[in-house]
Amino acid sequence: MEAVFVLELAANGALTGLLYSLVAIGLVLIYKSSSVPNLAQGALTMMGAYLVLAFAQQAGAPLWLAIPLAMVAMFGAGLAIERVALRQLAGRPIVMILMLTLGIDIFLRATIMAIWGGTSRPMGLGVSYDPLFVGPLLISRVHLIGASITVGVFLVFLFFFRTRLGIRLRAISDDYTASWSVGIPVEGGIALSWALAAAVATVGGVLWGEVQGVDQALSFLLLKALTVAVLGGLDSVGGAVLAGILLGVLENVVSAYLDPLVGGGSRDLVVAAVLILTVMIRPHGLFGRHDIERV
Amino acid sequence: MFFRQAGIKHTDYGADRELFPIPADRYMLWGLLALAVLAPVLVRDLTLNSYLLPWLIWTTAALGLNLVLGWAGQLHLGYAAVMAVGAYSGVHAARFGLPWEAAILIAGLSASVIGSLFAVAALRVKGLYLALTTLAMQFVMDWVLTHSPDITGGSHASLQAPPFRLLGQRIDTDAGLYYVALAWCVLVTIFLLNLRRTALGRALVAVREKDYAAAILGVNSFRYKLVAFAASAFIGGITGLLLVACFYFSVSPEQYNVNVSIQVLAMVIIGGLGSIIGSYFGAALILLTPGIANGLFAWGSELLGLQLSPETLAHVPNAAYGALIVGFLIVEPLGLGKIYGNIRNYFLVWPFGYVKK
Repeated sequence: MEAVFVLELAANGALTGLLYSLVAIGLVLIYKSSSVPNLAQGALTMMGAYLVLAFAQQAGAPLWLAIPLAMVAMFGAGLAIERVALRQLAGRPIVMILMLTLGIDIFLRATIMAIWGGTSRPMGLGVSYDPLFVGPLLISRVHLIGASITVGVFLVFLFFFRTRLGIRLRAISDDYTASWSVGIPVEGGIALSWALAAAVATVGGVLWGEVQGVDQALSFLLLKALTVAVLGGLDSVGGAVLAGILLGVLENVVSAYLDPLVGGGSRDLVVAAVLILTVMIRPHGLFGRHDIERV
Repeated sequence: MFFRQAGIKHTDYGADRELFPIPADRYMLWGLLALAVLAPVLVRDLTLNSYLLPWLIWTTAALGLNLVLGWAGQLHLGYAAVMAVGAYSGVHAARFGLPWEAAILIAGLSASVIGSLFAVAALRVKGLYLALTTLAMQFVMDWVLTHSPDITGGSHASLQAPPFRLLGQRIDTDAGLYYVALAWCVLVTIFLLNLRRTALGRALVAVREKDYAAAILGVNSFRYKLVAFAASAFIGGITGLLLVACFYFSVSPEQYNVNVSIQVLAMVIIGGLGSIIGSYFGAALILLTPGIANGLFAWGSELLGLQLSPETLAHVPNAAYGALIVGFLIVEPLGLGKIYGNIRNYFLVWPFGYVKK
């Protein structure tokens, strides 16, 4: 393959990867504060996109209003999930918490499908599909906008973790008990991180809805987001962004080489392979915290 | 009252190590077994092969997963992949012309080999990371199955299983298939009942509680994790093949996709980790929920005069299934087995509720 084509694949892959990071940031936020791997993040992304559509098309709100409205609603939904389900299971073995998030995932997906049906709908952000040439490279506009929004969200979080509230969240992520003993409201912090993750999921849902249409496939972003989060280290927002770029490039370039060999559809295989290899070689990811185990 | 403990005196080691020291448990077990054997006479054919048969097979699958999840404490989100290996290798062996007895053995062994691959991940990492790796392995297996026409005949093809015969006897009646499922389920149950009394079972529990501490105590945790994965995969592989031989009659990739893994996991967790009777309850509940939810919803909407789209009705059972998992984990995280245990504990000393059990 010629170099320009590979470069184009890599560039578009990096942009797609940044969009994966947008979903992965939600996972990281929750894991960072409560050590819960939220396997329902894909369903939350899908729910965010459907809520935006519900506000925009069924309630007739303009899109610039529908998106913040949906984010507020999702903020509430995140709080509710934490309050109703997660808090009851604090301190239980990890398998139960995993199962709980899987149950939430199944429930949310089926409920959304039952309410709005399974047909794919356009998001209708109105981004043009005209080709955009950067030098010799053909870049997708939607992905470019999405990637810049991801970087924006990343910067917001970078700033947020330096505020008073953000420092509290970091303290909670560092040591539950110690934060408790110095008077930090741990439950509140965890609830906040769930709410923030759900709100960020809306942004991811809107952008991915624009890219691939709003339907059940949005919830399958979970595996990619999970891979990105693990590769970056589950508790590092910056790691998620870098890992997103890395995964996007790998996925696009490797699958371009592999597809002719195996007859297509190797993207998911590459993602699963990256996940397995990351966990096997460096379980704490590129930037994750490495915990020491004691008896 | 029922579970009377008076007069139970252990006078030798054999009596002391009995599986069921309390007579009531024994009587109930024999009664249940008798009912299970007489089931083809007692219930209608429809009930037999659309409720009892799948229930027994899925219970066996849940028991196999319980071995690795409940006893050895290793998260396994790829159990359906292991069942698929058993099903495909067994069906291929049978189509190749091998007798079904050999096919069943091949199914178990090949699943065991692939299942041990999952253990390779377990030897490196644990907890959440193990769950993610096994999930990824399940996805890889799904992908391999749908993309290799040599094994499956392509993504939408299904592979017909040849006529099922055991010991020279053609098995095609409802009762015959039911008895095969029952025999395998009883065998696995007996194995697991006895497991907790063996050195292997104790070592697995030690690994579950804290593998690092177990290693310090001299339990080779690597070896026991490997054994747990291989043994559960052996059970899973044979169960996967029997599912095809007795219930589906043909095998296709989507019968063993990631959702099936989650379904078996749900059976184990709703039943209770490490609980044998819980696996029976859990499998029954997970299998029955969609039908009940659908019936209730259809009835309710008819009562209120609502016009619902078929799509809504199609997704309601799934929503109920998800809600059931969440609800169960919140209300009784230790599962149905624990609820049964509580009731039994209550009757152990009834009517003296204040007695220390």
